[in-house]
Amino acid sequence: MSAPLLLSGRQLGAAVRALLIATVVLGVAYPLLITGAAQLIAPGRADGSLVEVDGQVAGSSLIGQAFTDADGAPLPQYFQPRPSASGYDGAASGGSNLGPNSAELADLIVQRRAEVAQFNGVDPADVPADAVTASASGLDPHISPEYAEIQIDRVAAARDLPASEMAALVAEYSSGRDAGFIGAPHVNVVELNLALDRLSRAR
Amino acid sequence: MSAAAAGWLQFGVLVAALAVVHRPLGDHMAQVFTTPRHWRVERLVHRTVGVDADTEQRWPTYLRSVLAFSLVGVLLLYALQRVQQWLPLDNGRAAVEPGSAWNTAVSFVTNTNWQGYSGESTMGHLVQMAGLAVQNFLSAAVGIAVAIAVIRGFARTKTDRLGNFWVDLTRAVTRLLLPLSVVGALVMVLGGVVQNLGSGTGASTLAGATQFVPGGPVASQEAIKELGTNGGGFYNANAAHPFEGPTAWVSLFQVFLLLLIPLALPRTFGRMVGDRRQGWAILGVMAGLASASIGLVTWFEARAGGTATQLAGAAMEGKEVRFGEPLSALYAAATTLTSTGSVNSMHDSYTALGGGTVLANMMLGEVAPGGVGSGLYGMLVLAVVAVFVAGLMVGRTPEYLGKRLGRREMTLASLYILTTPALVLIGAAVAMALPAGRDSLLNTGPHGLSEALYAFASAGNNNGSAFAGLSANTPFYNTALGLAMVIGRYLPIVLVLALAGRLAAQGRTAVTAGTFPTHRPLFVGLLSAVVLVVVGLTYFPALSLGPLAEGL
Repeated sequence: MSAPLLLSGRQLGAAVRALLIATVVLGVAYPLLITGAAQLIAPGRADGSLVEVDGQVAGSSLIGQAFTDADGAPLPQYFQPRPSASGYDGAASGGSNLGPNSAELADLIVQRRAEVAQFNGVDPADVPADAVTASASGLDPHISPEYAEIQIDRVAAARDLPASEMAALVAEYSSGRDAGFIGAPHVNVVELNLALDRLSRAR
Repeated sequence: MSAAAAGWLQFGVLVAALAVVHRPLGDHMAQVFTTPRHWRVERLVHRTVGVDADTEQRWPTYLRSVLAFSLVGVLLLYALQRVQQWLPLDNGRAAVEPGSAWNTAVSFVTNTNWQGYSGESTMGHLVQMAGLAVQNFLSAAVGIAVAIAVIRGFARTKTDRLGNFWVDLTRAVTRLLLPLSVVGALVMVLGGVVQNLGSGTGASTLAGATQFVPGGPVASQEAIKELGTNGGGFYNANAAHPFEGPTAWVSLFQVFLLLLIPLALPRTFGRMVGDRRQGWAILGVMAGLASASIGLVTWFEARAGGTATQLAGAAMEGKEVRFGEPLSALYAAATTLTSTGSVNSMHDSYTALGGGTVLANMMLGEVAPGGVGSGLYGMLVLAVVAVFVAGLMVGRTPEYLGKRLGRREMTLASLYILTTPALVLIGAAVAMALPAGRDSLLNTGPHGLSEALYAFASAGNNNGSAFAGLSANTPFYNTALGLAMVIGRYLPIVLVLALAGRLAAQGRTAVTAGTFPTHRPLFVGLLSAVVLVVVGLTYFPALSLGPLAEGL
């Protein structure tokens, strides 16, 4: 038996040629084909579900944004998203990676719970988990219906709009589980805030 | 509907979908790898590559073809990363550092897809498409080819031929991975996964700040990343990124894709050895272990153990709202039971026992159902061990599928099952002993040990997921994990092809009253027990110091 690990020039040559064919077909033709087809069947989604305000790109309905002032303080006229490990930097996705017993994470959660309760004028016990935890992507565009609920009165007051109208708007941008059972109920904060701005401008 | 009911329904629908497709897909693969007919386009490929497609190879030649192809793959991928700044579609990215480029090249060629780098800030589109995604296809095809060669070892008698690697490789791409990827990619585009060649868009946000919205050919890469159990994300946050996992149903579809081929291969095995019941038995072991693990992770996350988790009220740190806990737990279990390693939530922030179960999934050796190809051949080696154990109990020469398992066969199988545990435990021990290993840990105490243990379990078993708090882009981790990936991929392939070569050369012993049947529930139970006992005895001390110490 020949030594099984000794590579011959013939085999390496075949390997190089096979790899080059694969690179052209799988690495160039295939992604270009999918790009072409995607631009045909769903151009908006393939380009990132961008949303516009006055013809200007204002972000993506799939990518969460920070709704804060220049100093990082939350703006009361907007529904607030979840905490983000990356500060909603679209070029740096990721989570905090802090463990379940991390003292640092525990301190952060206590602090966030107090801040969210005070900002919205609610009982700290009514602040849901997603409001005090950072998402996996750092770009989560959604909050739970519970977190949206406790923000309604504060946003309504800041915008001088009736809370009932606000609640109707939240309901419009809320989704249940996909097909009724996949995932979890969620409210899209980016779309909701966009609609809020449109509503305020129309008044 | 309650969250728990929705979680169960999610799992039930997934199981039903996999049950429906595994038979036609398994039969299709058996046909692909046994028919003598080549497609015209395949003939063209074989001619260009310069191989005689109708000549089969002995196991050493098959192995050398695998190794030559992988070596060339690592070199090209390394080179692409090092010169990307001079290539088109580089989006202004600089050359990748040598240590990181080596680690990433090895990682994608070995089907691991461990990522020490951050996708959106490191790799230009050309490297992603023509480098990383190409290896997503090829590393998966290599795994399938080796599995098919191993099945032939069991199926054939008195021959020294195991098939032709170049033919198996080509067919795995042309008749399986490429067509399924096209469908998968287009479904994901409809779900909102991006697919463009743009470098990203500058947006002025509602609050008046600026935000970068990234672009990229993501769907085309996402499809093969799941289908080939690769797992390397286009973006740093992997399938948790809204552009990779925009909706819950897309995420569930990804779980379906990553389980699809590994769970259909037992059917292929049954067909090719001429006894479908043997395939059912292997599938039964895989499905039983996988279901138990999914149940455990889901339960541990719902219990929300841990001081910080309790303060939050639910285990939502590192999870996305649209996915929620059950789908995140399902994804985490599925990605580590296979060799995928893509994530839709951050495993480092899982509860101690939830994260520990995910870690134990990889320690099982990724056989339930494991990576494409590698899961099946890993499980077949464990079947050999199980039959041997049964043989010892009753004092008979062990046989599996009419093949006698003598001293040489058992030596190869034993070395196989020792390879990854040695890599994982020695690697993690070295990391904890060196300052360079300890300095990279984000969390402290038992959870810190879990981070290092997870990294080596992930690399040694070619998974690629991470307790991502670990800062792995350092000279120590790039080198050590790179070595663990290479040895963890190719040493088992050497051993299992050698085993297949010996088995193919044998005749087939007749079934007698004394033959231990390997298609009955008794064997399914025995094999499951062997998997758990081998893992338990090997890893229990390390698990006690990490996740168990933290969670109990």
